[in-house]
Amino acid sequence: MQLKSRHLLGLEGVCQEDITLILDTAESFKKVLDRPIPKVPTLRGKTVANLFFEPSTRTRFSFELAEKRLSADSVNFSKVGSSVAKGETLKDTARNIEAMKINFVVMRHSAPGAPHFLSQCLDSVVINAGDGAHEHPTQALLDMMTLRNCFQSLKGLKVVIVGDIEHSRVARSNIYGLLTMGANVGVCGPATLIPREIKALGVTVYPGIEEAMKEADVLNVLRIQLERQKEALFPSLREYRNLFGITRERLDRVNRRITIMHPGPINRGVELDSDVADGDYSVILSQVTNGVAVRMAVLYLLDGGRQKLEGDDHGN
Amino acid sequence: MKVKCEIMDAKDITRTLNRLTHEILERNHGTDNLVIVGIRNRGDALAYRIIRRIEQIEGKTVPLGMLDITLYRDDFQRLTDRPILQETDIDVDITDKKLILVDDVLYSGRTIRSAMDALMDLGRPALIQLAVLIDRGHRQLPVKADYVGKNVPTSVNEQIQVKIKEKDGEDRVFLVEN
Amino acid sequence: MAIKIEQVKSVLLKNARVVDPQVKLDQITDILIEKDIIRKIGPVREFKGKTVDCKNKIVIPGMMDMHVHLREPGEEHKETVITGCHAAAAGGFTELACMPNTKPPIDCRSDVEFIKERAENHLVNVHPIAAVTIGQAGEQLTEMGDMIEAGAAGFSDDGKPVLTAALMRRALEYATMLGKPVIDHCEDLSLSESGVMHEGKISAVLGMPSIPSIAEEIIVARDLLIAEYTEGLLHLAHISTAGAVRLIREAKSRGVRVTAETCPHYLVLTDEAVRGFNTLTKMNPPLRSENDQKMLIRGLKDGTIDTIATDHAPHAIEDKECEFQVAAFGIIGLETAFGLIWTHLVEKKLLTLEELILKMSVHPRQILQLPENKIESGAPANLTLVDPDIMWTVDNTAFESKSKNMPFQDWKLKGKTFGVINRGKMILTV
Repeated sequence: MQLKSRHLLGLEGVCQEDITLILDTAESFKKVLDRPIPKVPTLRGKTVANLFFEPSTRTRFSFELAEKRLSADSVNFSKVGSSVAKGETLKDTARNIEAMKINFVVMRHSAPGAPHFLSQCLDSVVINAGDGAHEHPTQALLDMMTLRNCFQSLKGLKVVIVGDIEHSRVARSNIYGLLTMGANVGVCGPATLIPREIKALGVTVYPGIEEAMKEADVLNVLRIQLERQKEALFPSLREYRNLFGITRERLDRVNRRITIMHPGPINRGVELDSDVADGDYSVILSQVTNGVAVRMAVLYLLDGGRQKLEGDDHGN
Repeated sequence: MKVKCEIMDAKDITRTLNRLTHEILERNHGTDNLVIVGIRNRGDALAYRIIRRIEQIEGKTVPLGMLDITLYRDDFQRLTDRPILQETDIDVDITDKKLILVDDVLYSGRTIRSAMDALMDLGRPALIQLAVLIDRGHRQLPVKADYVGKNVPTSVNEQIQVKIKEKDGEDRVFLVEN
Repeated sequence: MAIKIEQVKSVLLKNARVVDPQVKLDQITDILIEKDIIRKIGPVREFKGKTVDCKNKIVIPGMMDMHVHLREPGEEHKETVITGCHAAAAGGFTELACMPNTKPPIDCRSDVEFIKERAENHLVNVHPIAAVTIGQAGEQLTEMGDMIEAGAAGFSDDGKPVLTAALMRRALEYATMLGKPVIDHCEDLSLSESGVMHEGKISAVLGMPSIPSIAEEIIVARDLLIAEYTEGLLHLAHISTAGAVRLIREAKSRGVRVTAETCPHYLVLTDEAVRGFNTLTKMNPPLRSENDQKMLIRGLKDGTIDTIATDHAPHAIEDKECEFQVAAFGIIGLETAFGLIWTHLVEKKLLTLEELILKMSVHPRQILQLPENKIESGAPANLTLVDPDIMWTVDNTAFESKSKNMPFQDWKLKGKTFGVINRGKMILTV
């Protein structure tokens, strides 16, 4: 089996079979992670460059761990103290990296489309670890894996993404992935943080959190960035919590189980109260575990050798 | 691919597995500490049959393990397709156990090498023995089976096609030519 | 392809379809040119000089592009006055107006003279547009009168809008007193902010910072109100939205002295082209929606939009081979404009040949208060030669422009200009 694309740049346009293949493969890797020696030699001799042009702790750790669990060698490059600060273009940076014979590039960048650009200048396999507000495909995959663990199937599931949709790559990748898998997707947040034509993507827009919670099976709660307050996109964290915060009281008012997700890091007491984040309905820590398995699956499936199999050394 | 001849039919396979089971029990003086581990994608079915047979003979159930060696293959860089990953399913702690590794065909020996690496990551067995239905020769690694159903001399452009009821709907072994 | 400028002693354009709506001319005949003057329009039997066979070809008044960035002085690695003029000639233009956002900006008499001097011996007439404010800084008015004397054809802070309403009012009053228009780049900077593409479905999909239509329309509305109040000569550059077209149409119906332009790329591409993050689809204003495009074409047709200008904006490769957000705004257009308009508007019956001549030859001269250019016996020979049937493939490696940045590479087009004649010179391109 092979994914239809050489790179993982986003989930828009990735078909159901490919998403299913990634999630199934990730389940197998999750088992590997539970073993006494949670490491396999599969990518021995392969090199992964983790290019992080934007600060990230969680995603970078998760990718690095996935790479190490597969026995790949990894090198890290982050913006601070690198040549990007000296005005080297992304193209030159990429070329230099390729000259070092790197098999995979995992990239986080603030500009949407930066990994797409990179994939056009490189022979290496490019994995998008977040490009601006565009996509963060592995996050959405791990979210879907977590949901599949809770609900068996994603078909017909109602997932509402809550918060700053406009600036969220997590939201976009989740929308594309979940819709492809047959889920219903809603978004909910301050009108100033909902893209004007988001409905064209096939999602329902909920103006208020109560209405969203009436229908949702799952709330995927996004981190609210304090910077947006300075841009006059919402008045204050206090007001945000009052209008959109997921509190125990709000959950109690809905007498149905609603699964709570969050891509982290959580602003406790703002978008999510602690007793909700740490409560029974929260699957936030499973998301983190699944993250490593999903990234292993993606690396495994994208590591396509270019040659045809010569002879058949295994089995017979 | 052309079938050259049929090497075994269903009855042959059953008889051979019976013999292999007896040999395993004989050599290991019974079932103590025994774990039968089948290599996917046909060795696991054969392993299961051996366990059923042991139950009939000894009245005891030996643990079954199923091993997927995909992640340990040495020809990864040469593959265009990623093999579908199947689960390795071995519920017992294999440390200090006597493992009987079961596969359908022994050829280059590379699968067995991969399987042994995979097992070593799971624990430290007391010993590993190898049981195969067919040994077709052409070893590329120093691997030798402890229990062999049938030795079939082949040329390199021939293949052994094993069909197992659980996977293929019938029990037969063919010699085929590319 | 190297441009070869020939001096014309006498030349005969044989069997051409000669079209000029200004003199109600549309007939197949010959044109005899001596030096820089049209001697005769009519059958010429015996002629010994150079003859250009124009069978199945069209001769129209020389086209003019009133919105070109020549990049000289300051960014000669992108374009110079001469390479820009070559590109214009290769694209069928005999005249152009160049924008003042060079480094430094064209904001005083000597700057205007510099540009004029550079282009002095070229076939293409270059009309510098000078800055409205010193350094295009949006504070102090430039010496417009002095610059008009040196050859400035209009005033603009293009690249940026005229910053405040008060400044726009004063600029319009002052320039109109001198008989020249103020050309505004309509963009409310507080709304466009860090946007790099049109705000719509595609920007929602791509998660890209976007520029709403209203960023353009608010300044269009402001300028129209000021033009009405001051009775000033206002020209609105590169109009891209349906709302702007509606505002201009309404203002024109009330007699506001406003003219407007759009560009070929808004007529043949929409924001769909930005999918895939091709930086060659990044320009300001951005490629808009399909509805905007439809309304622009309607506006062209009903006279709301007076002219098609290219906004030819040369950029170096490194300014485009990068992340979309970082990439420079703008594309070159001189060498594709005619082919795009012919293929996508004239061939599709969205625009007639006469309308094309008005939009691309007649109106730009009227807007900038330049002498008219008619095909008449005794008039200066300022002509564009058109092959309406030729099929060709856009290939930027063959361009005269120093820069190659445009999204039309490998497009199959029908119709191309094959020559220009002006100032006693002729350039034939095959």
